[in-house]
Amino acid sequence: MLMSNRARAPKTESQLVSLANAGIRRDGRWLVRGVDFSIRRGEVVTLIGPNGAGKSTTAKLAIGVLRPDEGSVARLSGLRVGYVPQKLSIDWTMPLSVRRLMRLTGPLDDADLLAALASTGISHLIDAEVRYLSGGEFQRALLARAIARKPDLMVLDEPVQGVDFAGESALYDLIRSIRTTTGCGILMISHDLHMVMAGTDTVICLNGHVCCRGTPEVVSQSADYLKLFGNSRSLAVYNHHHDHTHLPDGRVMHGDGSVTDHCHPDDGHHHHDAHDHDHSHHDHHGGHHHGDHAEAKGEGRA
Amino acid sequence: MLDDFFTRALVAGIGVALTAGPLGCFVVWRRMAYFGDTMAHSALLGVALSLFFQINLLIAVFGVAVVVSLLLLALQRRQSLSADALLGVLSHSALAIGLVLVAFMTWVRIDLIAFLFGDILAVTRTDIALIWGGGVLVLAALVWLWRPLIASTVSEDVAEAEGMKPARTRLLFMLLMALVIAIAMKIVGIMLITALLIIPAATARRFSASPELMAVLASAIGALAVIGGLFGSLHYDTPSGPSIVVAALLLFILSLLPAAGKNTAEKAGNQGVR
Repeated sequence: MLMSNRARAPKTESQLVSLANAGIRRDGRWLVRGVDFSIRRGEVVTLIGPNGAGKSTTAKLAIGVLRPDEGSVARLSGLRVGYVPQKLSIDWTMPLSVRRLMRLTGPLDDADLLAALASTGISHLIDAEVRYLSGGEFQRALLARAIARKPDLMVLDEPVQGVDFAGESALYDLIRSIRTTTGCGILMISHDLHMVMAGTDTVICLNGHVCCRGTPEVVSQSADYLKLFGNSRSLAVYNHHHDHTHLPDGRVMHGDGSVTDHCHPDDGHHHHDAHDHDHSHHDHHGGHHHGDHAEAKGEGRA
Repeated sequence: MLDDFFTRALVAGIGVALTAGPLGCFVVWRRMAYFGDTMAHSALLGVALSLFFQINLLIAVFGVAVVVSLLLLALQRRQSLSADALLGVLSHSALAIGLVLVAFMTWVRIDLIAFLFGDILAVTRTDIALIWGGGVLVLAALVWLWRPLIASTVSEDVAEAEGMKPARTRLLFMLLMALVIAIAMKIVGIMLITALLIIPAATARRFSASPELMAVLASAIGALAVIGGLFGSLHYDTPSGPSIVVAALLLFILSLLPAAGKNTAEKAGNQGVR
């Protein structure tokens, strides 16, 4: 099934989903715009960015929960998705055990169900009511549910929120191993680049549009990443400057001094090459200041 | 057997309760109590239209309930007012318009109280056939829709992402609500239909370890309330609808007693976590 404005098949069979210049607008404001990326089998793509950068929106575009107002999103037909949303509140009046939650959107073999619960370390909670789970336990249950579906594409929106520190790295190890054993593609949203570093192939830094992208090594040392997530984590040697400035009122000043309402790649003097993005040439000197530093720092996990 | 008006009322009432139970669970889980109220209140408008245009009462009530729910969905999408305020506007205007229209039609004699609060004397064999026929239809649809309904109640996003059609599910659910309101109107009355949806479901909650069990228990508890309420209504010469709701409330209060809930659902839940 293709869910797009302009129906387009992914370029190759190995591309599970591909976004081309996708944007979504609400109340006259672009939540994200000009988003361009694809996920292949066995590839882990991680989205990072401050609050309101459009990470969850982008993930929802990729899996068809939201439809693009501009550009297109193409998914492999019959794509099986496992989705762990950022927020999920179950009304406490619904009696739901972990076992029942696992079979929420489709039947499962008992063996798969048990194996998935064991892999996230909550086998003992199989008959527990979901409303009595702690935040971290609930997150493990949601992750187990997505894994047990044996999806082609897993979409994990902050999958380890509320999980204790030791458990966090164990879960990232698990996600990494799932990619290697099942060969599924993974789209992950995370604030903690250090945790996902080893398992991520591509990091995409969003802030209403794609700010920068590349391997974790490159992005983690970019000035852009350090601005968003604090610079105590690694020593910056790589100079990465944005060619535009996010003004406090939400508008954007571009490298050439022009001001627009949003940062669409076509505006101003903006050198994003959507397809072959090479960080080494992305070195314009525009002086980049995000309008919401405080917010971004609050979001970064300690 | 159905010659006796009381037996007819019992058979009809139990039919309504069995249907309302599972549907009422979704009303509770999806926090749609006020929405159900709005659809029920619009039923009086359906009554007025059915009298005015001389069309079948059931069809008129069902039609108006569907239109009101679609209107609400459309208005919600514009997001100019909160859903809560919109429901308040629609609910009471539908009721008021219905009352005004009925008052205008001076040429028809209509027992308003019977429509508002139910009337056991009015139950005919045709009503029973409609209630049980409609009830079987609603329950069959619920069984068919069960997994997508549960999934989209937990998360519409997850349901959509994993290949379901939550928008279609929601629409079908509203049609089922409209149908139940149309067939339940005669038994409990327009003002109290929501109570028959919600109170048995709320009562069943404490004894249920799964959504399926809660749905079945809600049906059973609703049927108990109908039996108790109708006997009470006969004995004390009280209107059938309010009597049934009072009986349901008594069962709900019973379920809140500490001894009742502790041995079942809660304990099982706690044990699971430890």
